[in-house]
Formats: sequence, structure tokens, C-alpha cells
Amino acid sequence: MKKIIALFSAGIMVFSLMACSGGGGSASNDSAPNSTSAGDSGAQSAAINFDQFSGSGDNEKFLIEMIDRYKDQNPHVDIKLQSYGYDDYFTQLSAKVAAGRAPDVFELNYENFVAYAGNGSLKSLDGTGIDTSVYNDMALKAFSKDGVQLGVPNSFSNVILIYNKELFDRAGIAYPTNDWKWADAMAAAETIRALDDNIYGYFHPLSFHEFYKTVAQNDGGFLSADGSSFTFNTPQNIETLTYMVDMQLKTNVMPTEAQLGGMGDWDLFKSGRLGMIINGIWAFPDFTRDCDFEWDIVVEPGNIRKATHFFSNGYVVGNESGVAEEAAKFITFISSNPEATQIRLDAAWELPPVNDDSIISQYKAKTPPANREAVFQSLDYLVTPPVISQFAELQDIVGRHLSDAANGIMTPEECLESLQAECESRIDLSK
Amino acid sequence: MKIAKTNNGLIALMFLLPSLIGFAVFSVLPMIVSMAVSLSSWDGLSKLILFDDVSGFFQEFGIGVANYSNIFATPELYQVLGNTLKFVAMYIPLMLIAAMSVGLILAKGRRGSGVLRILYYIPVITSWVAGALIWRWAFSPEYGIINEILKIFGISGPLWLQSAQWAMPGIVLASVWKDMGYFGLMLFAGLRSIDAGYYEAASIDGAGKIRQFFNVTLPMLSPTLFFVIIINIINSLQIFPQVMVMTPGGGPGGSTMVMVERIYTRAFSYYQMGYASALSWILFVVIFLFTFIQMQLQKRWVTYDV
Repeated sequence: MKKIIALFSAGIMVFSLMACSGGGGSASNDSAPNSTSAGDSGAQSAAINFDQFSGSGDNEKFLIEMIDRYKDQNPHVDIKLQSYGYDDYFTQLSAKVAAGRAPDVFELNYENFVAYAGNGSLKSLDGTGIDTSVYNDMALKAFSKDGVQLGVPNSFSNVILIYNKELFDRAGIAYPTNDWKWADAMAAAETIRALDDNIYGYFHPLSFHEFYKTVAQNDGGFLSADGSSFTFNTPQNIETLTYMVDMQLKTNVMPTEAQLGGMGDWDLFKSGRLGMIINGIWAFPDFTRDCDFEWDIVVEPGNIRKATHFFSNGYVVGNESGVAEEAAKFITFISSNPEATQIRLDAAWELPPVNDDSIISQYKAKTPPANREAVFQSLDYLVTPPVISQFAELQDIVGRHLSDAANGIMTPEECLESLQAECESRIDLSK
Repeated sequence: MKIAKTNNGLIALMFLLPSLIGFAVFSVLPMIVSMAVSLSSWDGLSKLILFDDVSGFFQEFGIGVANYSNIFATPELYQVLGNTLKFVAMYIPLMLIAAMSVGLILAKGRRGSGVLRILYYIPVITSWVAGALIWRWAFSPEYGIINEILKIFGISGPLWLQSAQWAMPGIVLASVWKDMGYFGLMLFAGLRSIDAGYYEAASIDGAGKIRQFFNVTLPMLSPTLFFVIIINIINSLQIFPQVMVMTPGGGPGGSTMVMVERIYTRAFSYYQMGYASALSWILFVVIFLFTFIQMQLQKRWVTYDV
């Protein structure tokens, strides 16, 4: 028996050694660029590996259409598209990067852009000759670091107040306006809530992104002006969190998680039982299809000042790419070329992040909502999230604390004190 | 004679080769890599040059045992270990009672036990994601079936997954539902292998059903029970999918943050591969200690020969 065990372990050692050297061999083979720039014929043919998540599922056919248009114009380029669902994407991407097989072009959301940009894994697009003047400024800036452009935005969406006109009519109150403040919104929400036990007035998700924006509406913030310390437990922030928690726990114009009972906020709105919802413009196609009542939008209410926020995904070029110039041209095409943006617009696939008047006027002409102008008016009040290297960790800690406050486990004061303490101990702002 | 023995060993090794290769490539090699990464600040967002240039890797990323000392210095580890042990402490006894009941019901061999066997086994082959989603619905405080049933008995149910006290018990219940069929079937196999003669002898000696259970069934079943307990403890120290689906983000007040969930979050959400690898090794040591202690204790209660 002992001999077998000895042989067994010897075998493991031998094979693990073999596997090690084998792994080394294959890794060094792989370190050759995985994209080819054929030089023999002088045809400059290039293959671009392209990984992305936002155009997976239903939207993939539109993305393929854009790629086909690009290939028509650039027959020497071959695009190898690899789509993943959002849930798998970032794990797959980091596994590829770790193995030295990063795609030439890949998509990043803002949070992950911060992580990759900080690490030096992205190619600078400055000097590649691409035209960045066509992009919306705010969205473009989101994909630069220290003045260096490291990516281009492919989509852009901001957040507005969406309201159910019929519930306002039933309650006999005036529709929201762009000048509304928190107090106006809450007064209307309470009147709508009083209509019926199953009807709610307002839905404002208590999440990281919503919270950093709402504190800005109250002149608060997460970080000190120089970004060197956390400022979670300030009176402005406590007032903001109290406002957001009270709408669930005190006035109950917003359903608690228990009252929702697993129902989604969109479904609640679509069922005609919700007066107002703070949500993104990506809800438009869904609401247009599923709401059998009239609805419209305005700029979301502020308090001391107005503040709105946006989400953007972008395409970047990997630092190790052997076809960086072609790749830069390609990402500019699919994110900003009129043909490509038209496809994106026709598919109602978020708002193309460009300054093209014809695209924007087409976007505004679509109804509902009738007041699409509010989407653009909201851009005047944009605030951006704090940029720190441990962004994902911060987001997690804040999210966990906010849900504790929403569930009444902690009071807003306790929540923000504990948040301040945890962030101070876990997040290094000097990095 | 000696030569023949060695040959036998070699032949055995040949038979073991296919699984040994898999073990080496998918277990031993990743373990070696994770040990190296745990001593580094590598974040997973650049190429892992460990295979090409070990000294270069450590020159660029090496930070000694800093990850380990950081882990032990933050309260998170103790909270997470506490949550994980809380799960083990609730899950193991409940699981054993449920699996034993399944085993005993099946062993009775009444009509319809074939159907029961299938019914008990269905959760085992159900994917954890689907199962956990169903349980999330069942635990819904206002509309969930669990609180509806409690209401019949005049009990107003807790908030379950939205409450810091009840989120973990909720996950324990779902886990028992998922696993009791598998371990029940295992105990059933163990029960079937007990010779009926022992029971006859015991009843001739005047032992009642309860006495028979404790003095015949349990000792005869102890090797199976031991196996079930060891596997269960190892598995439950590594709970992950049910936690991720039922209480994403660590649950209310971080009450369901467990070891593997933290390892995953640190590695793939915070991009702290070094920290996550170090956390994995700490989990390995914890599991090793648990298993070692059980191996030592088995001498006191496991009966291999009667």
C-alpha cells in the first residue's frame, strides 16, 4: 500500500513538473502576437480580435451589420467577433489578458476602464490619427486618463424622471416640470400614493450611482475637493440619505423590497401602479412596447442644485495589439461613423455618443416620450463618479451600506458613519 | 516476487495516468501558480509572466507575505470565517437529520419508494442557479410560499433574505433541500448493506426499534456517516453559487459574505488576484485542519468491523 502511495505521489510530482514545463513552452509560443499583419504580399491584411458584451443577445445582429459595413469598406481587414453576456465578460477578459492573449479591441464599462487604464494595459489613441471631434465631449472624456485618450465611447445613456401621466390626471395634480425640487416630487408622490394601497408614487433606486448623484444635488459628495479623504458623514450627505430612505420607510411613497416581493421596478411602472421612476433612457424601448398608458419624461428633480449622471461603454485597444492602427480605425467606425450610428439608432440601442445633428434630431423626433428634449437638457447637469483605483471595492462597500439603510438595519447617520470608517480603513486614496 | 510487485505498481500507475494528468494540470499546477500569485501584487489585468520569467515576475510584483498579513489585519476575514462557520454549524446537523430521514424512508422499501427516490433526487440534478432563484421567490417576505405557509399557523414570517438574522438560515434551508437527496441515497445504500441478521439477533435479545437504531444501525452505518460528514464539511466551507444568486453582494449587513464569495469578489471584481490567492490558501488550511481533526476523531466513533 505504501509503495503505491509513494508511486502515486511520485507520479503527481513528475506530471506537475511536466505540466509546468509544458505550460512554459506553450506560453512562450503564445507570446507571439495573436493578430497577424501579413507583410509578404504588401496587402497589409489584418485580423482584429474583437471582444465585447453590450452587443450580445438581441443586439448582436446590429453589431454584425456594422462590422460588415466596415469590412465592405476595408476588405483587407478581418474582424473576429467574440460576444459574451455581461455576467461572464469581465472574467473571460481578465483570463485572456492574464494568459497574454488579450484581444486587439475590447469593450469596457466605465468602472473597468478605470481599472485597466490605471494598469497601463491600454494603447493610447493619441497619434493614431482618429477624429475625436465627432464625439460627445462628456462621453469622450470618460475614456481618457491624465489627458491621454485611451478609448472611445460607443454608447451613452443618462438618467431622467419618467412619469405616468394617467396617474397624475387621476390624482388631479400638475405634471412634473424641469424645475422640480425634491419637495415637489415628494408632495406629488404622496398624493399619488393616497390613490390606492397598491399604487406607489415614486421609485428612486438606492444604489451607488444614484447616491453619488443625489448627494451632489444636495451639494454633498463622497470625497474632499482634493480627493485625499472621504466625506461620507457630512450633514448634506446625511440629509440626502434620510430623504432617500424616508421615501421607503417613512412616507412609503416608494415600495420597500419586501413590498416589491421580487417584482422589478420596471414591471411596477409598466403595470400602471407607479407614478414616477428615476431611470435611464435605456428603458424607452421597453416602456414604449409594454405601457398601455401615456408617459413622459423631465429632467430629474434636484435640491440645492440639479445633478444628473450618465453611463457609457467604450471600446479600447489592447497595449499588446500588433494591429493597433487598424484597430483604432475600426473602433472609431463602429462607434461614430454615420452609417454605424444610424444602425444603432434604428435599433433603438441606446444613444450614439456623437454630436451629429441629423442623428440627434432623429432621436428627438421619436415618441414616446414626447419630451425627449429633456434627455439633452439633463446633460447640462452631469456629474461624474469619483475616480479612484479601488472603484469596484468602493462601489461594493457603499452598495452594502445603502441596502442596510434601506432595510432599516442602520439609521442614515449610523450608515454613513460606518461607511466612512470602512472606506477609511480599506481604501487607499493615495494610489 | 519483489519484481512482480513493482510491475504491479507500474501497471497500476498506467491505469491511473489519465486521471493523474488531469489532476496535475487542473489541480496541482493551479495550486503552484496560486501560491506564487499569493505572494505578489499582480492584479490579473496584465499578462501573467510567471511561466516565462519567474524572477522577473517577483521583481515586478513580489510583495512577500504582505497579502497574508493584510488579510489577518482586516476584520473582514473574521466576519467571513464567522459567517462560513455559522453556515456549517446550521447546515451539517440539519442535513444529517434530513438525509437520514430520506435514507430510512427509502430503506423501508414500501410501495412507491422508487418514485420517492426520484423525487428526492430531482433537486440534486437541478442547477444551483435555477434552484436558488426559486428559493428567492419562496423566501419573498410578502408573497413567498414560506411565509404564506407560516401565516396559516398564525406565525408572521421574517424578512428572510433581506434580514441580517435570517438570510443565512434561508440559505441553509435551500442547501439542505438541494443536497438531502444525494446524501440520503448514500445513507440508503449504507443501510441496505447492513445484514438483517443483526436486527433479528437484537430483537431476540429484546432490543426495541429505538435501541436497534442506536446500537445496530448507527454503528453499522458509521463509515458511511463519516464519509458523508467529511464531504459535507469540505463542501459547505466552500459554499458559493447559492450565496451569489440568493444574496448578491454579501447579503444584508454582510451577513452572507462567505470565503469563496470573497475570493471571487476580490479576484474578479476588485482585481486583487494576489489577495484572493492568499485568501484561497487560508481557506485550504482551514479545510485541511477540519478534515485532519475529523480523521483523528473517527477512531473514537467509526466502526469498520463488527
